[in-house]
Amino acid sequence: MRISRITRNETNSNSDIQDLSLLDPLIAKHNGKKGNLIPLLQGAQELYGFISKAAFDKLSRETGIPLSDMFGVATFYAQFRMNPVGKHIIKVCHGTACHVQNALEITESIEEVLKIKDGETTADRFFTLESVACLGCCSLAPVMMIGDQTYGKLTGNEAIKIVKNIRLAETN
Amino acid sequence: MSTTVTVGLGSCGIAAGANKTYEKIKALKESDKLDFELRKTSCVGMCYREPLVEITDDSGTYLYGEVDADRAVEVIEKHINQHDPIRDYIVYTDLFDAPENNFLNDQVKIVLRNCGYIDPESIVEYESRKGYEAIKTIVAEKISSEIVIDTILKSGLRGRGGGGFPTGLKWKFAFNNKSSEKYVICNADEGDPGAFMDRSVLEGDPHSVLEGMIIAAYTIEATGGVIYCRAEYPLAIKRLKIAIQQAHEKGYLGKNIFGVEGFNFDIYIKEGAGAFVCGEETALIASIEGERGMPRKRPPFPAVSGLWKKPTNINNVETFANIPWIIINGAAAYARYGTEKSKGTKVFALAGKVKHSGLVEVPMGMTIRDVIFKLGGGIKLDKRFKAVQMGGPSGGCIPEFLADTIVDYDSVNATGAIMGSGGMVVMDETTCMVDVAKFFLDFTCKESCGKCTFCRLGTKRMLEILDRITNGHGQQGDLEKLDELASQIKDNSLCGLGQTAPNPVLTTIRYFRDEYEAHITHKKCPAKVCRPLLTYTVDESNCTGCMVCLKNCPVKAITGERKKTHLINQSLCTKCGVCFSKCKFNAINLS
Repeated sequence: MRISRITRNETNSNSDIQDLSLLDPLIAKHNGKKGNLIPLLQGAQELYGFISKAAFDKLSRETGIPLSDMFGVATFYAQFRMNPVGKHIIKVCHGTACHVQNALEITESIEEVLKIKDGETTADRFFTLESVACLGCCSLAPVMMIGDQTYGKLTGNEAIKIVKNIRLAETN
Repeated sequence: MSTTVTVGLGSCGIAAGANKTYEKIKALKESDKLDFELRKTSCVGMCYREPLVEITDDSGTYLYGEVDADRAVEVIEKHINQHDPIRDYIVYTDLFDAPENNFLNDQVKIVLRNCGYIDPESIVEYESRKGYEAIKTIVAEKISSEIVIDTILKSGLRGRGGGGFPTGLKWKFAFNNKSSEKYVICNADEGDPGAFMDRSVLEGDPHSVLEGMIIAAYTIEATGGVIYCRAEYPLAIKRLKIAIQQAHEKGYLGKNIFGVEGFNFDIYIKEGAGAFVCGEETALIASIEGERGMPRKRPPFPAVSGLWKKPTNINNVETFANIPWIIINGAAAYARYGTEKSKGTKVFALAGKVKHSGLVEVPMGMTIRDVIFKLGGGIKLDKRFKAVQMGGPSGGCIPEFLADTIVDYDSVNATGAIMGSGGMVVMDETTCMVDVAKFFLDFTCKESCGKCTFCRLGTKRMLEILDRITNGHGQQGDLEKLDELASQIKDNSLCGLGQTAPNPVLTTIRYFRDEYEAHITHKKCPAKVCRPLLTYTVDESNCTGCMVCLKNCPVKAITGERKKTHLINQSLCTKCGVCFSKCKFNAINLS
């Protein structure tokens, strides 16, 4: 069901304090326009990578859209995140074609090497692992996408290698 | 005639490395001052041979397959510099018998008429292939809305998003509802897992969709247009934006377009936020309005009260892409293809355990077997063909013995599956049908908007039963319970999502009952997919004693010494499958 409980997130550390003034141009652009709620949320997420409680508060206060409406929409759509995400989001495709060609092995391999579960972020906020329904690259199944790059015809070991290489390239 | 080199840059091509190929060829052209024109195009449908490079010179057209950067160097050197085409790499040509000639020759390309042939980011190239001629003809000859609607009706075009409702009729309803404000919406929220037809059309020929929408706007007298596109398709959105910009510059969008006083029409893109149910038209409208994408009761239909409560016409990408062709070539030319009740062609996304996965467009009436074996080239590794899944989470699995079913709306419906939007996922003997049913139900269960009780809770209860069956705890009577729940969910759900959600389970029970029974009664998974039902043992003749499985076993269930056969302790084994995937010597047996 496309409804989820909102877990109260008290763990935001100092590093998560956001410059909320970044939201001002976004609010100015959409305020008062009909159908503006989703673009507002999409814009906020674009800025911060996720939508924090503070961002929700500010958006609601300045646009007059009730918080309940905002949470209602934000929890309905898969796109919106309420928690910080890693620098790189690994989207492992679990569409039909990928499923019958063992997409599970890709997810499990990455879970094992990054020591996180599906949907979680590594402690250093470098990677977030997600499952997605279909990336539309069925001919290359099984597929995963990191950033704008799609990797196809994967095996568990290849997926691990790709993830390791990304970290290696950026830590050196 | 000058030589052109064209690189296929669709999502699938890019994923296969086509950008590197393009950059390599570009660098070669510049450094060696080579005399050819370098072009970009999108996907020609031959995804299994990507990256693809087409070379056209005085002698003819050659399509090279699997051209990575290294092979590109070779091809340019031999073909361009030495005028000596490399026969081994050519997959398609009209000059001699190449391996994939049949793949393209057996198709009828109407929707995909430009995909893989034109640069999708060039309006000039679209126009060079009769682009925008349909709307220009309508405007120039002052063809009335009634005649356009009549043409679409006579063509027999039915909604390609899966519903199969006659497009002409839809337009007629929207036209008949008079209002100063009306909308045309293109549904590009292609959510079926395993389907990518719309993505390819949007990436390969965005102007054809815009033209279809403009014709619809002219016909029903619409004032605004929206393309609701999945955010998961960044390349499609980028190319649509370019196309809309170009159409504006040409005066094909905006105010008084095509020089017609009072013909004002503009299109904007609305990025979907990721909810499968938004493919349903009333949910889609709610989403554009910024609400939760929950379907509402119909009537009133969108043709009466749609976006912002104004008359609205919604068609899918493929439907719109058909329109300009029908206007130019006439209803009869379109209706010549197909069966009595399903006219024209249909695009299918072939994927799964099929050799040639990619995009094909075939006339309605072709048998499923021909699609899979003639165009698809048969099953990967020549395994046994078991079933084909059509219609995604709303559809069903058609077994091998019904493979001679023809593709048209009614014949496919008769099998319990649906035509759907065109995903065809091929399954072989290594696919477990119970697992497939569970996969789809898991999907619909997660995607249910929660409005209707039977869809919200019923799918969950069905999923629990399937979970139990695949975990080895199936009980006698489970199949009957699934049947009962299925019929209740079908009867008591408001929208298509709930009404069709049980289809994958029902069709698999109908055609693969023995597999369900093997799971329930014998606690065995015949396809060896459901891990809790498997037993992992070491094959003594293959085991080299390398200790890899032993080191990787998370519960230390494997014992043994270097260079001696290992042993799996069944009472400790959690059946995680790690030993199987790590073993390089095929020494882990599944039974």
